[in-house]
Amino acid sequence: MTRLIKNIKRRELLRQGVTATGALLAASALQANGRYMGPPVSVSGERAAEVNLKRQTLALTHSFTPLQQLHGIITPSDLHFERHHSGVPDISEENYKLLLHGLVERPLKFTLAELKRFPAVSRICFIECAGNCQDYFSLSAETTAQRLAGQTSQSEWTGVALSTLLKEAGLRPGAKWLLMEGGDAALMTRSVTLEKAMDDAIIAYAQNGEPVRPSQGYPVRLVLPGWEGSSCVKWLRRIEVGDQPWMTREETAKYTDPLKDGTVRQFSCVMDARSIITSPTFPQQLEKGWHEIRGLAWSGRGRISKVEVSVDGGGSWEPAELQQPVLDKAYVRFRKMWQWDGKERLLLSRATDETGYIQPRVKQLIDIRGQGSLRYHNNGVIGWRVNPDGSIYYDPVV
Amino acid sequence: MCSAFLCFIKRTVLAAMVCWMLLLTEVQFVLADENERWGIGQTATPEEIQAWDIAIRPDGKGLPPGTGNVEEGKTLYLQRCALCHGAEGKGGLNDKLVGRLPSGEFPFAEPGAPKKTIGNYWPYATTLFDYIRRTMPYQNPGSLTDSEVYSVTAYLLYLNEIIAADLQLSANNLATIKMPAVVRFVPDDRLQTSNVR
Repeated sequence: MTRLIKNIKRRELLRQGVTATGALLAASALQANGRYMGPPVSVSGERAAEVNLKRQTLALTHSFTPLQQLHGIITPSDLHFERHHSGVPDISEENYKLLLHGLVERPLKFTLAELKRFPAVSRICFIECAGNCQDYFSLSAETTAQRLAGQTSQSEWTGVALSTLLKEAGLRPGAKWLLMEGGDAALMTRSVTLEKAMDDAIIAYAQNGEPVRPSQGYPVRLVLPGWEGSSCVKWLRRIEVGDQPWMTREETAKYTDPLKDGTVRQFSCVMDARSIITSPTFPQQLEKGWHEIRGLAWSGRGRISKVEVSVDGGGSWEPAELQQPVLDKAYVRFRKMWQWDGKERLLLSRATDETGYIQPRVKQLIDIRGQGSLRYHNNGVIGWRVNPDGSIYYDPVV
Repeated sequence: MCSAFLCFIKRTVLAAMVCWMLLLTEVQFVLADENERWGIGQTATPEEIQAWDIAIRPDGKGLPPGTGNVEEGKTLYLQRCALCHGAEGKGGLNDKLVGRLPSGEFPFAEPGAPKKTIGNYWPYATTLFDYIRRTMPYQNPGSLTDSEVYSVTAYLLYLNEIIAADLQLSANNLATIKMPAVVRFVPDDRLQTSNVR
């Protein structure tokens, strides 16, 4: 009864014109069959009280998407992972402008309203941090998919094609690279090739149907489908066209791959194919019987063509079903029904994309690049160990 | 006769109107040709561009007037940088900035690789100036003058055994400083094949 009164109070039935006495009578009457009057319509929806979906934060600069709690291929906007260099700036539409200058015929500036007047484009694609899975070798067995690999998320992004803006400004001879500068305290910068800019880059002002959220770059961010997250500059305020890369800190000291042969691979922006089983994973407890192995697969090179799962650590592989639609440079949800027999099992998944690229084992990456190189761009096969007692743990398989 | 003439006039006017409307329809919904622009956005003035255009390139383009030196850089570093990066850049709350490796050694792909520093990993000295000016000090970026940025850059290059203690750093010489690791940087070659690289 206390709970009912609380409910009634919370839902402000009085404001709806129902008298307290009437409401209490109604509540009492409904209590008999376990039903009670619910809250009226509201201006914004909330998740069910018992559903606990949260990003996991790390230091002041990283947060991770709860991959193991989500379904389908779209990440709810409030759960999109974050990686900021100097926090989330508070930028209003009134104070916003985008500069476009450099090797162009007409240097231009755009307000948010002006950007919205151009022909719009929308597409679904993932954004993944180059450092996703960077703690692969050091995380404990009690690690969730979220903490291991939650620096990836997927949204429908809407905005104006960067090629449209470049055409509006008119490119001058020699244009080859673009500098993208954010309006955060770090004035974060990255150089992007003209080829990518003209191909499918989006100056995005909307995410999953609503304005881009501040932590994702409000009012405007760059979206480069298939490219590492740090190149998708948030709070975008300036685009400069030039004939060479600027060699910013984020494309030299950081986000580069030192290799075993003593070279450093630079501008390795395209994210290679990856997959991860999101269920069953830690901290789930498994019962004997049928379960569906589910997960996500994606590639910055194009569409996923195949996902295979193994329950014996890679001794044998079975093709998983791919949920339609299978989109370019986007998550695909894969599924495979599986009957657990109560024995110890090692679950793996392996993605292949339309270019024929096959997601490697971590050992392959170590052999080719070196373990020290895997600070960034570690897309190796991920393992989950099922123990006879039904517990499931992260297993840093190589 | 009269009515036939009127009919002719009516038909002609009607045909002209239809043609005109068709023409209108065309110009209303598509650009006339691929060279035409939408005409959305305003001209960015040189002043607006100059106020934001602070990027420095490896060839020195963008370097501002001003000059700095190691001695002043040390004073500034201790006041503004040492809290996060440690005395003499050896690391603290944040990145280690200083450290060299024996010539020819570059073990960053090995397990337990050393920390990447300005001296052993950064390929361009211009990047250091650009980054300090745009992002540092972390709590108050943009608070150093250009000459102060030259000085902090000079001090960090000196600690990394890249420049001599008495060098006056400016737009004249910063881009000419050769960083040890620059020869190691190569463009991405993964997309030439579907094999793992």
